[in-house]
Amino acid sequence: MTATSVPARPRAGARARGRPGRRGRLVGWLFLAPLLLLNGLVVIGPSVATVYYSLTDWSGLGPATFIGLDNYVRAFGDDKVHAALWHNTVWFVLFLSVPMAMGLLGAHLLSQVRRFQMLFRALYFIPYVVASVVNAAVWKMLLSPTSGLGHVLGIDQAWLGDPATSLLSVNFVVNWHWWGFLAVIFFAAMQGVDPQLYDAAKVDGANGWQRFRSVTLPGIRPTVVFILLMTVIWTLKAFDYIFIMTEGGPAGSSEVMATLMYKQAFNEYSAGYAAALGLSMTVVTAMVLAVYQILRKRGWET
Amino acid sequence: MTAATMRPPASASAPAPDTAPPARRPRRGRGLFPAYLVLVVLALFAIGPLVALLFNAFKNNAQIGASPLTPPSSLSLTNFTEAWTRGDFAVTMKNSAILCVGTVAGTCVIAGMAAYALSHLRVPGGNGVLAYLFLGSSLPVQLFVVPLFFLWTELRLTDSLFGLMIIYWAVDAPFATLLLRSFLVKVPTDFVEAARLDGASDAQIARRVVLPLAWPGFLTVGLIAGLMAWNEFFWAITFIHDPSKRPISTSFLAFQDQHSTDWGLTSAAALFMLLPVVILFLALQRRFVAGLTSGGLK
Repeated sequence: MTATSVPARPRAGARARGRPGRRGRLVGWLFLAPLLLLNGLVVIGPSVATVYYSLTDWSGLGPATFIGLDNYVRAFGDDKVHAALWHNTVWFVLFLSVPMAMGLLGAHLLSQVRRFQMLFRALYFIPYVVASVVNAAVWKMLLSPTSGLGHVLGIDQAWLGDPATSLLSVNFVVNWHWWGFLAVIFFAAMQGVDPQLYDAAKVDGANGWQRFRSVTLPGIRPTVVFILLMTVIWTLKAFDYIFIMTEGGPAGSSEVMATLMYKQAFNEYSAGYAAALGLSMTVVTAMVLAVYQILRKRGWET
Repeated sequence: MTAATMRPPASASAPAPDTAPPARRPRRGRGLFPAYLVLVVLALFAIGPLVALLFNAFKNNAQIGASPLTPPSSLSLTNFTEAWTRGDFAVTMKNSAILCVGTVAGTCVIAGMAAYALSHLRVPGGNGVLAYLFLGSSLPVQLFVVPLFFLWTELRLTDSLFGLMIIYWAVDAPFATLLLRSFLVKVPTDFVEAARLDGASDAQIARRVVLPLAWPGFLTVGLIAGLMAWNEFFWAITFIHDPSKRPISTSFLAFQDQHSTDWGLTSAAALFMLLPVVILFLALQRRFVAGLTSGGLK
């Protein structure tokens, strides 16, 4: 990974005046030890191992044979990878635009009203705290051609079973459970915008939309930018709902990088190839973070 | 329960044009009707599917086929009793309960100690640790899942609740540490200094001075860790294949695959998993929201 720092980083202030001397320092590290040891065992160790395994032909069982960059060469020419990347791109565009628009709309309206404000907020948030398996089950039911919404409306479409609509359908479900979370985050950020700015805009004769565009949006810009950034990372991680609802099918029509990699590792016995895919995904994530850092350094964010 | 029973304020007779005389934000009554209308539509969209799930748990398949979205005609509990025994929910609920308690306790201890060190003890290189925690909590699981699985197989930690718990601790702790640290830095150092002058040890200070002042942070972290352990799917499906060891999430998925055409039965099973979470959320809404959105807010 790159050595970039990440947004929302608190100042490393609040220097504790701990006990001076070597013993005090040792105690500090002792308190940190369980966290660092666990993280080393579960995250760091295996991550480093991934770098090595990505250069090998390894089934996951038995010895790994060193093959250099062959896995990466294979990935570049792999049609399945190309299709998965395309699906990730489609996913990204939808996953970014739809929940973001709905979240901003919801948050803006929430900040306009007083009554039932907290009730609405709770209702929007609930799908986010419900387990992915349950949300997926609900929508499998609602999207089923025999007993779902389409059935009520007289549309006979197997949303999840048709290659033309499978990816879009799963994405719709993910957006459904996600937008309310964004609405709550944006709403909280909007509370921090100085009310006087709105009054000033009103005096200047700005209408509702103009106020939203020139006061609200700039006011919550750091939050929006941060969510944009995280959306890139979450897009590459997209796994649960796809795996549960379509398993990447039918005929690979909803396969994304994460599900493809998972199958390579645990169904196809190509753990070395899976490691190369996983590492590539991480590098892409790191590059996005790096670009964000550069832009931030230039004062683009605030 | 449903949002359909809500009405906009009675005074909102007609949508007022935007040229109404300026009022203080937020405006009240007149002119807010369109806003409420959209809010209600959004609320129905968010919660409607889950309400349909609740309805369908009380119906049999013929009734669902005839009208999938209407309230049930009778409150028959057959689906619930049948799902409970057929889906082995007594076992998997217990597994998930063990997993939740263990994950919450472990995360609070591990992250609590680390957060205490980063806020009240002098740790050379503490800033490096902080930076690493930010980075570590955004590493994609795809980077380490493959070798981790084979490592766990070697260590005989697959198909074990304890093995899964260790992963949850490691994955949760960085985020939990950062969150707890933000609570702990607010504990005045004077208190700690005073206790130290009285001859208290570091462990005593942590337990008697800092902990009581930072318990809301621990409650938040515990909630988030517990929610994650209850809902989590990816690690559970990868590391536990023995049906008797499964947590509720993966066992529910298996149950649903088995009875994929019996919507009444699977809806009832889904409610076993959903209701504890929703009830807890409604009871402790603020804390949930604060914990889950803490990453996205400055």
